[in-house]
Amino acid sequence: MMRFLLLFSRQGKLRLQKWFTPLVERERKKVVRDMTLMVLGRPPRSCNFLHWKDLKVVYKRYASLYFCCGLDDKDNELLALEVLHRYVELLDKYFGNVCELDIIFNFEKAYFILDEFLMGGEVQETSKVTVAKSIEASDMLQETMEEYMSKPAF
Amino acid sequence: MSFLDAGIEFAFSFDQLYDRLQSMPAPIRLRELIRTIRTARTQAEEREMIQKECAAIRSSFREEDHTYRCRNVAKLLYMHMLGYPAHFGQLECLKLIASQKFTDKRIGYLGAMLLLDERQDVHLLMTNCIKNDLNHSTQYVQGLALCTLGCMGSAEMCRDLAGEVEKLLKTSNSYLRKKAALCAVHVIRKVPELMEMFLPATKNLLSEKNHGVLHTSVVLLTEMCERSPDMLAHFRKNEKLVPQLVRILKNLIMSGYSPEHDVSGISDPFLQVRILRLLRILGRNDDDSSEAMNDILAQVATNTETSKNVGNAILYETVLTIMDIKSESGLRVLAINILGRFLLNNDKNIRYVALTSLLKTVQTDHNAVQRHRSTIVDCLKDLDVSIKRRAMELSFALVNGNNIRGMMKELLHFLDSCDPEFKADCASGIFLAAEKYAPSKRWHIDTIMRVLTTAGSYVRDDCVPNLIQLITNSVEIHSYTVQRLYKALLDDISQQPLVQVSSWCIGEYGDLLVSGQCEEEEPIQVTEDEVLDVLEGLLASNLSSPVTRGYALTAVMKLSTRFSSVNRIKKVVSVYGSSIDVELQQRAVEYNALFKKYDHMRSALLERMPIMEKTATNGPTEMVQTNGEAEPSGLESKHPPSITQPASQANDLLDLLGGNDVAPVIQTTPAAKPASAGGELLDLLGDLSLSGDPAPQVPVSQPSFLLDGVSSQPLFNDVAAGIPPMTAYNKNGLKIEFTFERSNTNPNIAIITIHASNHTETEMTNFVFQAAVPKTFQLQLLSPSSNVIPALNQGAVTQVIKILNPQKHQLRMRIKLTYTHKGSPLQDLAEVNSFPPQSWQ
Repeated sequence: MMRFLLLFSRQGKLRLQKWFTPLVERERKKVVRDMTLMVLGRPPRSCNFLHWKDLKVVYKRYASLYFCCGLDDKDNELLALEVLHRYVELLDKYFGNVCELDIIFNFEKAYFILDEFLMGGEVQETSKVTVAKSIEASDMLQETMEEYMSKPAF
Repeated sequence: MSFLDAGIEFAFSFDQLYDRLQSMPAPIRLRELIRTIRTARTQAEEREMIQKECAAIRSSFREEDHTYRCRNVAKLLYMHMLGYPAHFGQLECLKLIASQKFTDKRIGYLGAMLLLDERQDVHLLMTNCIKNDLNHSTQYVQGLALCTLGCMGSAEMCRDLAGEVEKLLKTSNSYLRKKAALCAVHVIRKVPELMEMFLPATKNLLSEKNHGVLHTSVVLLTEMCERSPDMLAHFRKNEKLVPQLVRILKNLIMSGYSPEHDVSGISDPFLQVRILRLLRILGRNDDDSSEAMNDILAQVATNTETSKNVGNAILYETVLTIMDIKSESGLRVLAINILGRFLLNNDKNIRYVALTSLLKTVQTDHNAVQRHRSTIVDCLKDLDVSIKRRAMELSFALVNGNNIRGMMKELLHFLDSCDPEFKADCASGIFLAAEKYAPSKRWHIDTIMRVLTTAGSYVRDDCVPNLIQLITNSVEIHSYTVQRLYKALLDDISQQPLVQVSSWCIGEYGDLLVSGQCEEEEPIQVTEDEVLDVLEGLLASNLSSPVTRGYALTAVMKLSTRFSSVNRIKKVVSVYGSSIDVELQQRAVEYNALFKKYDHMRSALLERMPIMEKTATNGPTEMVQTNGEAEPSGLESKHPPSITQPASQANDLLDLLGGNDVAPVIQTTPAAKPASAGGELLDLLGDLSLSGDPAPQVPVSQPSFLLDGVSSQPLFNDVAAGIPPMTAYNKNGLKIEFTFERSNTNPNIAIITIHASNHTETEMTNFVFQAAVPKTFQLQLLSPSSNVIPALNQGAVTQVIKILNPQKHQLRMRIKLTYTHKGSPLQDLAEVNSFPPQSWQ
């Protein structure tokens, strides 16, 4: 299973953090710090895999964002690259040519999309279309409230 | 809830809102806050903005403002992501979850997943809300609840809600079913005992057409099979899981293009990989299952597109599966060849993955992997750090007697040029490989010297005693060794392990150094003074660590029996008697005392070291302090220690005694390599902390037994003071007495020292003492002090026996004595039963 998924910028600013194992705040901060240092410190044409403690770390850079996840020893690293890529594709479909700013300003949406794609560290839905439809329908439920409120809920 | 209901509810709250708006300004919107914070130019400015906003949010929370609660929590989550504390929003998340609005729930659950953790009791308050939401009429609300439970549910929550999850696992709604399946996986991970209750629901999971459900079902089945061998057996036999999975996989491969699941021309690679992984677990150690999946694995292995990463991901998983199940040899060869092709791929990730897989298979399919050795060795030169590390580990695994010279050349070259983070592991690996496969002693010493000179500061501390032992045991090339080490010292005294080994050698073999003899290479001309200059240089140098200084001082002292310039040595030793370093001072004072009061013992004490048994490894200081023995000649050479010799002796004893209840004697301690020594040493040492992990880089550490290998005198304190000695045997002039002690470190080990004395008029030669004990005991016999018992009680032969008696049974022993007396060989057997109770209780 995936233990965590982090998104951070080239300057090391965290844009998204999803944890699939229980960790206290202090431990989370440490993991984020370690990941950021390790991944940002990699020379440009290295392979996308690292070892950290007993985990495999897979990371991929998309424009100005690093997508970084920690896997168990048994997990398939090459497939993890595909998982990261699929998540980016889902974000891209939703936001239309997604960029880092979209994720900054709509971080909660990024989480909602992630929660339709992964759960408990495993892939939940392998069809792009289905995930997109679920998000759309959930958004509709939300929008209804907003319409009546005639202003955004938050 | 229907749109109409929603409309009515919001009509009311809008009024409330309007009233509220009259009284105070609405909190700023999330996006606006984000925009504002991003305009901050300094950290301090940002902190100020955040603090202001937090204060506003706090007061809003205090006023129980449920209209803007959602907005405030969302803002709090943003600030939390920036690294600011947000714990005061925890309860608010719970309130949002309890709200009827979907927007509230969405943010509430998100907040719960980010801010709450299962170590705080607060999270348990969620349980009831989740339970209600699991039964909600809107599937998206149910989905939120399942997601939260499946990501962060604690054990208690899982126990409370497992029933609900199980219900949802049986629903026909595929949206909910797939989420329920992953939620069940989480429940099982947290509370494995609940696995049973999900079993009925899994019955027809795989007949679903929906890929989401299929994927999550496979994950669920994988989790169950991995955790419980019973489940695994059940799924193999009763559910006939393998044929089902094979069928699904076949459909995926053979079916035409499906736009919904396609990734670069491959249909649903995520599902394919998970199925392959489940097949691996089902086929492991099971011939029937392995056979049933043979064809499909071959098909996937040959037909998958390798141009893109996704195809290689599937191939990778296929290879792992083929290697792990009981596949036929043709398939295994196919798999290794795929890995071989991976090694040549341009893509670094693929090469890395290939090296990792080869590392896993090198034990079982050694020969097949050997074929790719040259490619693997080339990877040592790769620029990528991860690849280099894997290549190094794999190279060490591939070293064998045939390729040792070539491989070592490459590895030494690698050691020269690699990053510091590798050097320690590489050096250890080289030492181990050299020890196992060295074609000659000289080659071995040369290799070690090369490592010490190039990576000397990175070698592990425990290599120094190992090397010292190796050098001691390579008797033929002592002069060559000491010469080379001396020359190395002249070049460079900064690398501590090298300096330590060199000083020790010079101390031991300094006489060979100045004698100008050397078999292997051109001897150098060195005078005693030059040697002493070097050693004194070490003592004085800032580069030398305290440990090194200790070595150097002892070396100087030893040379007092090998060199003629004793006065100079006396001077050096007395100078250090007032050294600030306590260790050095103590040594110098003791050595001084040796010169003054115990000069008659000096030559005996400082004699050449005997050949050591390789029993254990320990810090360098202990080695140095045990100087030579009084009677080195008495010890038999134990090198190389072999198990075959004692085995045959043990058989003799067993035959003679005819007992089935007698355990074989271990005459010598076997080779200390963790992998092979595992059995005997581990058994004997029992409770002593021993790292049973056969990782080659970490030698076994046995604190109390090192000293035994060198000296046959019992060195443990007599803890159980006053265990009375006993006479075990007294016949024909030969008397054997046992004295007892208990080991300091392990109360189950009793140490018996036998004293064999002879009060006849002729000496007894070729004396051999053997012992056997009942099966519940374990016995270790150390080397005797001598095999000649002088006549008329003029001396005794002593030997130490260690007995491990974990079950505290009554100690019994059978002994066999063989010796030559007055020219004729004699032999006798006896039983020893009257052991004092303190020796075994």
